[in-house]
Amino acid sequence: MPIAATEREGPITKLGKLFIDGTLAIGELTLFFLNMLSWLVTRVPRRSVLLVCMYQIGVESLPVVMVTGGFIGMVMAVQSYDQFRFMHLETNLGAVINISLVKELGPVLAATMLAGRVGSSMAAELGTMKITEQIDALRVLGANPVHYLVVPRFLACVLLIPLLTIMADAAGVTGGWVISTQICGIDSLHYWNHTEEYIGSYELFSGVFKSIFFGAAIAVVSCQRGFNCPAGAEGVGRAATDAFVYSFVAILTLDFFLGIICNGLAPWLGR
Amino acid sequence: MNDNEPLIEFRSVSRRFGMQEVLRDVSFVLNRGESVAIIGESGCGKSVTLKLMIGLLAPSKGDVLLDGRSHRDRSERELTRERLRFGYVFQQAALFDSMSVEDNVAFGLRQNTDLTEREISTIVGDRLHEVGLPPSVKTKKPAELSGGMKKRVGLARALAISPEIMLYDEPTTGLDPIMTDVINELIVQARDRRPITSVVITHDMVTVGRTVDRVIMLYPLPRLEPEEPQIVFDGTPAEVFAAPDQRVFQFVHGQAGERLQELALR
Repeated sequence: MPIAATEREGPITKLGKLFIDGTLAIGELTLFFLNMLSWLVTRVPRRSVLLVCMYQIGVESLPVVMVTGGFIGMVMAVQSYDQFRFMHLETNLGAVINISLVKELGPVLAATMLAGRVGSSMAAELGTMKITEQIDALRVLGANPVHYLVVPRFLACVLLIPLLTIMADAAGVTGGWVISTQICGIDSLHYWNHTEEYIGSYELFSGVFKSIFFGAAIAVVSCQRGFNCPAGAEGVGRAATDAFVYSFVAILTLDFFLGIICNGLAPWLGR
Repeated sequence: MNDNEPLIEFRSVSRRFGMQEVLRDVSFVLNRGESVAIIGESGCGKSVTLKLMIGLLAPSKGDVLLDGRSHRDRSERELTRERLRFGYVFQQAALFDSMSVEDNVAFGLRQNTDLTEREISTIVGDRLHEVGLPPSVKTKKPAELSGGMKKRVGLARALAISPEIMLYDEPTTGLDPIMTDVINELIVQARDRRPITSVVITHDMVTVGRTVDRVIMLYPLPRLEPEEPQIVFDGTPAEVFAAPDQRVFQFVHGQAGERLQELALR
């Protein structure tokens, strides 16, 4: 017999429900990812669909990612300058700003912007397609919706987020340099010398490497939310919000574990 | 495949969504070349029946058979192939928003055939002409079309893949009487021009009278006793209009009967 809606739930019941719901959600996401993976390895997506996704995800995200990266670099310079000047270490500012940008802030912020701009939009678009029966129409017309809709978005995210990250890094580095040298008056030569001392290909690589996982997480989470969108306008809004929130949590979780892995691998990579 | 074998068979099919049961123990057979209307009140499971037929939904219990073989025994990829035997006209047309009318109609052909773009373009033009739309609509996006035009594009898209079975989900809902007549005529023409089996889900008794030669009526489960069958009528259009069963009579003649008393009691 179903439990009456008015029956009061104790904390243990609530905790149990939360655990079961969480496990189910992770299970659904994993099955969705495996299904997508099976299509990814067995059938190449249509070039026309892939190019449209790449344009929307890569080209259209570029301005917002670069503006964010640039301002982060500038803000870091503004906020750190006084502390470093107090210790007479102003010329080290380049190393601090740039290492933070290429290892952490660049990839994480590029991914966050992508989750906000592209993830929410993918979830809303696929959610609308679901509730207006367009996904059923795809199936009726002989197309697998996961292959047709998810695989190109996944590939576009995974292939283009490293480039977006590099562009965000470049904008951030430029922004930090402009403020540090042109406004705060730090000598440009010393600024770059310190940067060069601390940043090598490993730092650059670890940031870009992490971004690939962030891109994959954004695509899978957002598409899965879209495919499981509840009916109605409220459902679409909910799917879009969930896509951003869950993608952001996934980015931070992955960042933590990938950071540990990258640090563990550092000695093997000559760092 | 045996021509005397039923094309589609529902064997004691039940379907529930969470706690809510929509279909219970429904059994019927559709033969090749038949035109059948499935009628009934909103929420009685008509659209669910259509989606079970094409394998977009799986039954909770029972079996849906196509050419004597259960959908359960087919893999997703096999089912995808089998679905190409169906043309499906959705209630709200379900045109792909991001594509032009031409790309919508061509979608099934591009996806499943090796035809050249020129051949596809010819078929698209023919199907649009068949549903009475001018070539100028080809470049339009679905958002630029009226409700009636969307339904006709949906019909053209379904016909483009030359299906053996046409499924219409409330094809005339939300249309004015003139456009309803146009769509009814197109359904009749689609059936008459090719050897096709049609299933029409509708509330509209004019559509029933004009487009089909068999009617099945489903009744909503909450209004049935546990042992009562959900199919309350299966016969010809002429019989449905003269059916003595109160439930069928009320639906066919649009009489709420005791429902009005229920409203008054609230």
